[in-house]
Amino acid sequence: MKGKRRPDGSFLIAGRTFDSRLIVGTGKYHSNREMTQAIRASGAEVVTVAVRRVDLDRSREEGILHYLDPREFFLLPNTAGCYTVADALRYARLGRAAGLSDWVKLEVIGDEHTLLPDTTATLEAAALLVAEGFKVMAYTNDDLVTALRLEDAGCVAVMPLASPIGSGLGVVNPYYIREIKRRLCVPVIVDAGVGTASDACITMEQGVDGVLMNTAIAAATDPVGMATAMKHAVRAGRAAYLAGRMRPREIAVPSSPVAGMLDGNTD
Amino acid sequence: MTTEGDSATLSIVVNGKPRLVGAGLSVAGLLRTLKVNPGMVVVERNREILARDALETTPVKEGDRIEVVHFVGGG
Repeated sequence: MKGKRRPDGSFLIAGRTFDSRLIVGTGKYHSNREMTQAIRASGAEVVTVAVRRVDLDRSREEGILHYLDPREFFLLPNTAGCYTVADALRYARLGRAAGLSDWVKLEVIGDEHTLLPDTTATLEAAALLVAEGFKVMAYTNDDLVTALRLEDAGCVAVMPLASPIGSGLGVVNPYYIREIKRRLCVPVIVDAGVGTASDACITMEQGVDGVLMNTAIAAATDPVGMATAMKHAVRAGRAAYLAGRMRPREIAVPSSPVAGMLDGNTD
Repeated sequence: MTTEGDSATLSIVVNGKPRLVGAGLSVAGLLRTLKVNPGMVVVERNREILARDALETTPVKEGDRIEVVHFVGGG
Protein backbone atom coordinates (compact mmCIF):
# COMPACT_ATOMS: atom_id res chain seq x y z
CA MET A 1 0.00 0.00 0.00
CA LYS A 2 2.16 2.81 -1.31
CA GLY A 3 4.96 2.03 1.11
CA LYS A 4 3.18 3.61 4.05
CA ARG A 5 2.16 0.47 5.88
CA ARG A 6 4.88 -1.18 7.85
CA PRO A 7 4.84 -4.69 9.25
CA ASP A 8 5.17 -3.56 12.85
CA GLY A 9 2.06 -1.40 12.64
CA SER A 10 3.89 1.89 12.76
CA PHE A 11 3.51 4.47 10.03
CA LEU A 12 5.43 7.36 8.58
CA ILE A 13 4.67 11.03 8.22
CA ALA A 14 7.36 12.98 6.36
CA GLY A 15 9.87 10.24 7.08
CA ARG A 16 9.22 10.21 10.80
CA THR A 17 7.94 6.98 12.36
CA PHE A 18 4.94 6.98 14.67
CA ASP A 19 3.62 3.95 16.53
CA SER A 20 0.33 5.39 17.73
CA ARG A 21 -2.30 6.18 15.12
CA LEU A 22 -4.16 8.31 17.63
CA ILE A 23 -3.29 12.00 17.71
CA VAL A 24 -4.87 14.08 20.45
CA GLY A 25 -5.52 17.72 21.17
CA THR A 26 -4.84 19.40 24.48
CA GLY A 27 -7.73 21.85 24.70
CA LYS A 28 -10.84 22.02 26.87
CA TYR A 29 -9.57 19.98 29.83
CA HIS A 30 -10.62 20.97 33.34
CA SER A 31 -7.03 20.94 34.50
CA ASN A 32 -3.56 20.38 33.14
CA ARG A 33 -3.22 17.39 35.42
CA GLU A 34 -6.31 15.77 33.90
CA MET A 35 -4.99 16.58 30.43
CA THR A 36 -1.62 14.91 30.95
CA GLN A 37 -3.26 11.85 32.52
CA ALA A 38 -5.68 11.52 29.62
CA ILE A 39 -2.98 11.97 27.00
CA ARG A 40 -0.79 9.34 28.64
CA ALA A 41 -3.78 6.98 28.79
CA SER A 42 -4.47 7.56 25.08
CA GLY A 43 -1.00 6.37 24.14
CA ALA A 44 -0.72 9.26 21.67
CA GLU A 45 2.72 10.39 20.58
CA VAL A 46 1.63 13.45 18.63
CA VAL A 47 -0.31 16.10 20.52
CA THR A 48 -1.58 19.37 19.13
CA VAL A 49 -1.17 22.73 20.81
CA ALA A 50 -2.39 26.24 20.03
CA VAL A 51 -0.50 29.54 19.99
CA ARG A 52 -2.05 32.25 22.13
CA ARG A 53 -1.09 35.37 24.04
CA VAL A 54 0.47 34.97 27.45
CA ASP A 55 -1.94 36.36 30.03
CA LEU A 56 0.34 39.02 31.52
CA ASP A 57 -2.10 40.07 34.20
CA ARG A 58 -2.17 36.71 35.88
CA SER A 59 0.81 35.97 38.03
CA ARG A 60 2.65 32.76 37.22
CA GLU A 61 0.70 32.19 34.05
CA GLU A 62 2.04 28.92 32.73
CA GLY A 63 2.02 27.60 29.21
CA ILE A 64 1.43 24.02 28.28
CA LEU A 65 5.15 23.28 28.07
CA HIS A 66 5.14 23.18 31.86
CA TYR A 67 2.95 20.10 31.66
CA LEU A 68 3.91 18.39 28.42
CA ASP A 69 7.55 17.48 27.95
CA PRO A 70 8.54 17.86 24.28
CA ARG A 71 10.91 14.93 24.80
CA GLU A 72 7.95 12.72 25.71
CA PHE A 73 5.45 13.99 23.11
CA PHE A 74 5.75 15.36 19.62
CA LEU A 75 4.05 18.73 19.96
CA LEU A 76 2.25 19.84 16.83
CA PRO A 77 1.38 23.55 16.80
CA ASN A 78 -1.90 24.39 15.08
CA THR A 79 -3.32 27.49 13.44
CA ALA A 80 -6.72 27.00 15.03
CA GLY A 81 -8.90 30.07 15.10
CA CYS A 82 -7.39 31.53 11.93
CA TYR A 83 -9.79 32.72 9.23
CA THR A 84 -7.32 34.15 6.72
CA VAL A 85 -4.17 33.04 4.92
CA ALA A 86 -2.22 35.87 6.58
CA ASP A 87 -3.30 34.84 10.07
CA ALA A 88 -2.54 31.19 9.43
CA LEU A 89 0.97 32.07 8.24
CA ARG A 90 1.50 34.30 11.26
CA TYR A 91 0.45 31.64 13.77
CA ALA A 92 2.42 28.92 11.96
CA ARG A 93 5.57 31.06 12.07
CA LEU A 94 5.06 31.86 15.76
CA GLY A 95 4.64 28.16 16.47
CA ARG A 96 7.80 27.29 14.62
CA ALA A 97 9.74 30.06 16.37
CA ALA A 98 9.21 28.17 19.64
CA GLY A 99 11.95 25.97 18.29
CA LEU A 100 10.38 22.53 18.63
CA SER A 101 9.96 21.59 14.97
CA ASP A 102 8.95 22.91 11.58
CA TRP A 103 5.69 20.97 11.58
CA VAL A 104 2.32 22.66 11.64
CA LYS A 105 -1.29 21.56 11.70
CA LEU A 106 -2.77 24.02 9.25
CA GLU A 107 -6.33 25.06 9.88
CA VAL A 108 -8.04 27.95 8.09
CA ILE A 109 -11.66 28.24 9.11
CA GLY A 110 -14.23 29.55 6.65
CA ASP A 111 -17.44 29.60 8.64
CA GLU A 112 -17.96 30.55 12.26
CA HIS A 113 -21.11 28.49 12.72
CA THR A 114 -19.84 25.12 11.48
CA LEU A 115 -16.08 25.79 11.76
CA LEU A 116 -15.82 24.20 8.33
CA PRO A 117 -12.51 24.90 6.60
CA ASP A 118 -11.98 27.57 3.97
CA THR A 119 -10.47 25.18 1.47
CA THR A 120 -9.35 27.90 -0.95
CA ALA A 121 -7.47 29.72 1.79
CA THR A 122 -6.16 26.43 3.17
CA LEU A 123 -4.68 25.53 -0.23
CA GLU A 124 -3.08 28.94 -0.59
CA ALA A 125 -1.64 28.88 2.93
CA ALA A 126 -0.41 25.31 2.48
CA ALA A 127 1.56 26.19 -0.64
CA LEU A 128 3.14 29.23 1.04
CA LEU A 129 4.05 27.32 4.20
CA VAL A 130 5.54 24.43 2.22
CA ALA A 131 7.66 26.99 0.34
CA GLU A 132 8.88 28.27 3.73
CA GLY A 133 10.00 24.78 4.66
CA PHE A 134 7.11 23.83 6.91
CA LYS A 135 5.91 20.26 7.14
CA VAL A 136 2.22 20.90 6.73
CA MET A 137 -0.54 18.64 7.99
CA ALA A 138 -3.64 20.22 6.54
CA TYR A 139 -7.08 20.08 8.09
CA THR A 140 -9.66 20.04 5.31
CA ASN A 141 -13.14 19.07 4.29
CA ASP A 142 -14.00 15.50 3.27
CA ASP A 143 -13.62 16.61 -0.33
CA LEU A 144 -11.45 14.47 -2.58
CA VAL A 145 -10.41 17.19 -5.01
CA THR A 146 -9.24 19.54 -2.25
CA ALA A 147 -7.38 16.64 -0.64
CA LEU A 148 -5.63 15.89 -3.93
CA ARG A 149 -4.69 19.56 -4.33
CA LEU A 150 -3.30 19.69 -0.80
CA GLU A 151 -1.16 16.67 -1.58
CA ASP A 152 0.01 18.37 -4.79
CA ALA A 153 0.85 21.47 -2.76
CA GLY A 154 3.34 19.41 -0.76
CA CYS A 155 1.45 18.69 2.47
CA VAL A 156 3.00 15.80 4.42
CA ALA A 157 -0.44 14.64 5.56
CA VAL A 158 -4.00 15.52 4.65
CA MET A 159 -6.59 15.61 7.41
CA PRO A 160 -10.20 15.48 6.29
CA LEU A 161 -12.86 15.98 8.92
CA ALA A 162 -15.20 13.21 10.04
CA SER A 163 -17.76 15.91 10.92
CA PRO A 164 -17.52 19.47 12.28
CA ILE A 165 -14.99 20.28 15.01
CA GLY A 166 -16.33 19.51 18.46
CA SER A 167 -19.62 18.13 17.11
CA GLY A 168 -19.11 14.50 18.08
CA LEU A 169 -21.26 13.43 15.15
CA GLY A 170 -18.84 10.75 13.98
CA VAL A 171 -18.01 10.00 10.34
CA VAL A 172 -20.83 11.51 8.33
CA ASN A 173 -19.44 10.38 5.00
CA PRO A 174 -17.35 7.23 5.21
CA TYR A 175 -17.36 6.83 1.43
CA TYR A 176 -15.59 10.17 0.93
CA ILE A 177 -13.05 9.30 3.61
CA ARG A 178 -12.34 5.96 1.94
CA GLU A 179 -12.03 7.57 -1.44
CA ILE A 180 -9.57 10.18 -0.14
CA LYS A 181 -7.49 7.42 1.43
CA ARG A 182 -7.59 5.35 -1.76
CA ARG A 183 -6.42 8.23 -3.92
CA LEU A 184 -3.74 9.96 -1.85
CA CYS A 185 -0.17 8.82 -1.36
CA VAL A 186 0.53 10.92 1.75
CA PRO A 187 -0.95 9.77 5.06
CA VAL A 188 -4.62 10.56 5.65
CA ILE A 189 -5.50 11.44 9.23
CA VAL A 190 -9.15 12.03 9.98
CA ASP A 191 -9.37 15.17 12.09
CA ALA A 192 -12.42 16.32 14.03
CA GLY A 193 -15.91 15.02 14.65
CA VAL A 194 -15.27 11.79 16.52
CA GLY A 195 -17.61 11.54 19.50
CA THR A 196 -17.02 8.19 21.11
CA ALA A 197 -15.01 5.01 20.73
CA SER A 198 -17.22 3.46 18.05
CA ASP A 199 -16.71 6.59 15.90
CA ALA A 200 -12.94 6.21 16.20
CA CYS A 201 -13.21 2.54 15.34
CA ILE A 202 -15.42 3.18 12.30
CA THR A 203 -13.04 5.92 11.19
CA MET A 204 -10.05 3.59 11.31
CA GLU A 205 -12.04 0.85 9.55
CA GLN A 206 -12.13 3.11 6.48
CA GLY A 207 -8.41 2.41 6.10
CA VAL A 208 -7.06 5.82 7.05
CA ASP A 209 -3.65 6.14 8.65
CA GLY A 210 -4.79 7.78 11.84
CA VAL A 211 -7.33 9.87 13.66
CA LEU A 212 -7.03 13.16 15.55
CA MET A 213 -9.43 14.09 18.31
CA ASN A 214 -9.73 16.48 21.22
CA THR A 215 -13.26 17.14 22.47
CA ALA A 216 -14.33 13.48 22.46
CA ILE A 217 -11.78 12.83 25.19
CA ALA A 218 -11.68 16.20 26.96
CA ALA A 219 -15.46 16.57 27.20
CA ALA A 220 -16.13 13.00 28.34
CA THR A 221 -17.35 12.58 31.89
CA ASP A 222 -14.15 10.66 32.59
CA PRO A 223 -11.52 11.87 30.13
CA VAL A 224 -8.90 9.37 31.25
CA GLY A 225 -11.37 6.52 30.81
CA MET A 226 -12.39 7.78 27.38
CA ALA A 227 -8.75 8.20 26.35
CA THR A 228 -8.18 4.54 27.19
CA ALA A 229 -11.29 3.56 25.21
CA MET A 230 -10.06 5.59 22.23
CA LYS A 231 -6.67 3.91 22.34
CA HIS A 232 -8.33 0.50 22.05
CA ALA A 233 -10.89 1.70 19.48
CA VAL A 234 -8.22 3.04 17.15
CA ARG A 235 -6.26 -0.19 17.41
CA ALA A 236 -9.40 -2.29 16.93
CA GLY A 237 -10.51 -0.30 13.90
CA ARG A 238 -7.08 -0.56 12.32
CA ALA A 239 -6.91 -4.30 13.02
CA ALA A 240 -10.39 -4.82 11.57
CA TYR A 241 -9.45 -2.88 8.45
CA LEU A 242 -6.33 -4.97 7.97
CA ALA A 243 -8.25 -8.19 8.65
CA GLY A 244 -10.79 -7.34 5.94
CA ARG A 245 -14.43 -7.34 6.87
CA MET A 246 -17.03 -9.76 5.46
CA ARG A 247 -19.38 -8.48 2.78
CA PRO A 248 -22.60 -7.25 4.32
CA ARG A 249 -25.79 -8.74 2.85
CA GLU A 250 -29.38 -8.10 3.68
CA ILE A 251 -30.33 -11.72 4.25
CA ALA A 252 -29.53 -14.08 7.08
CA VAL A 253 -27.15 -16.96 6.52
CA PRO A 254 -26.98 -19.56 9.30
CA SER A 255 -23.67 -19.93 11.06
CA SER A 256 -24.37 -23.48 12.15
CA PRO A 257 -24.69 -26.39 9.69
CA VAL A 258 -28.13 -27.00 8.18
CA ALA A 259 -27.20 -30.66 7.68
CA GLY A 260 -27.29 -33.01 10.64
CA MET A 261 -30.44 -31.65 12.24
CA LEU A 262 -32.51 -34.20 14.20
CA ASP A 263 -35.90 -35.45 12.98
CA GLY A 264 -38.59 -33.23 14.48
CA ASN A 265 -42.30 -33.60 15.05
CA THR A 266 -43.64 -33.11 11.54
CA ASP A 267 -47.13 -34.58 12.01
CA MET B 1 -1.32 51.36 32.86
CA THR B 2 1.76 50.34 34.72
CA THR B 3 5.09 52.07 34.74
CA GLU B 4 8.35 50.16 34.66
CA GLY B 5 11.96 51.33 34.52
CA ASP B 6 13.04 54.90 35.23
CA SER B 7 13.55 58.32 33.70
CA ALA B 8 11.78 58.87 30.41
CA THR B 9 8.92 56.56 29.58
CA LEU B 10 7.84 55.01 26.34
CA SER B 11 4.29 54.21 25.41
CA ILE B 12 3.96 50.74 23.92
CA VAL B 13 1.30 48.09 23.47
CA VAL B 14 1.91 44.61 24.84
CA ASN B 15 -0.57 41.86 24.03
CA GLY B 16 -3.13 44.41 23.03
CA LYS B 17 -2.87 46.53 26.19
CA PRO B 18 -1.13 49.92 26.44
CA ARG B 19 1.82 50.11 28.83
CA LEU B 20 4.37 52.72 29.84
CA VAL B 21 7.92 51.45 30.17
CA GLY B 22 11.24 53.07 30.94
CA ALA B 23 13.38 54.18 28.02
CA GLY B 24 16.43 52.08 27.28
CA LEU B 25 14.73 48.79 28.01
CA SER B 26 15.51 45.79 25.83
CA VAL B 27 12.79 43.31 24.87
CA ALA B 28 14.41 40.81 27.23
CA GLY B 29 14.29 43.49 29.95
CA LEU B 30 10.62 44.03 29.22
CA LEU B 31 9.98 40.30 29.61
CA ARG B 32 11.77 40.37 32.96
CA THR B 33 9.57 43.20 34.21
CA LEU B 34 6.56 41.18 33.07
CA LYS B 35 7.91 38.12 34.91
CA VAL B 36 7.93 36.09 31.71
CA ASN B 37 10.57 33.42 31.08
CA PRO B 38 11.98 34.18 27.61
CA GLY B 39 12.66 30.48 27.05
CA MET B 40 8.97 29.67 27.23
CA VAL B 41 7.57 32.29 24.88
CA VAL B 42 7.85 33.67 21.39
CA VAL B 43 7.93 37.43 20.94
CA GLU B 44 6.67 39.35 17.96
CA ARG B 45 7.61 43.05 17.68
CA ASN B 46 5.68 45.09 15.14
CA ARG B 47 4.67 41.90 13.34
CA GLU B 48 8.23 40.56 13.17
CA ILE B 49 9.20 37.51 15.16
CA LEU B 50 12.28 38.07 17.32
CA ALA B 51 14.80 35.26 17.62
CA ARG B 52 15.49 34.36 21.25
CA ASP B 53 19.12 35.47 20.98
CA ALA B 54 17.99 38.86 19.71
CA LEU B 55 15.81 39.67 22.73
CA GLU B 56 18.65 41.18 24.78
CA THR B 57 19.90 43.33 21.92
CA THR B 58 16.55 44.54 20.62
CA PRO B 59 15.52 47.84 22.22
CA VAL B 60 11.93 48.66 23.02
CA LYS B 61 10.93 51.77 21.08
CA GLU B 62 8.11 54.26 21.37
CA GLY B 63 4.93 52.93 19.84
CA ASP B 64 6.10 49.32 19.63
CA ARG B 65 3.40 46.72 19.38
CA ILE B 66 4.66 43.61 21.10
CA GLU B 67 3.03 40.22 21.26
CA VAL B 68 4.17 37.63 23.77
CA VAL B 69 2.75 34.20 22.95
CA HIS B 70 3.14 30.65 24.13
CA PHE B 71 1.59 27.24 23.59
CA VAL B 72 -1.74 26.55 25.23
CA GLY B 73 -4.16 23.66 25.02
CA GLY B 74 -5.73 23.27 21.59
CA GLY B 75 -7.03 20.72 19.16
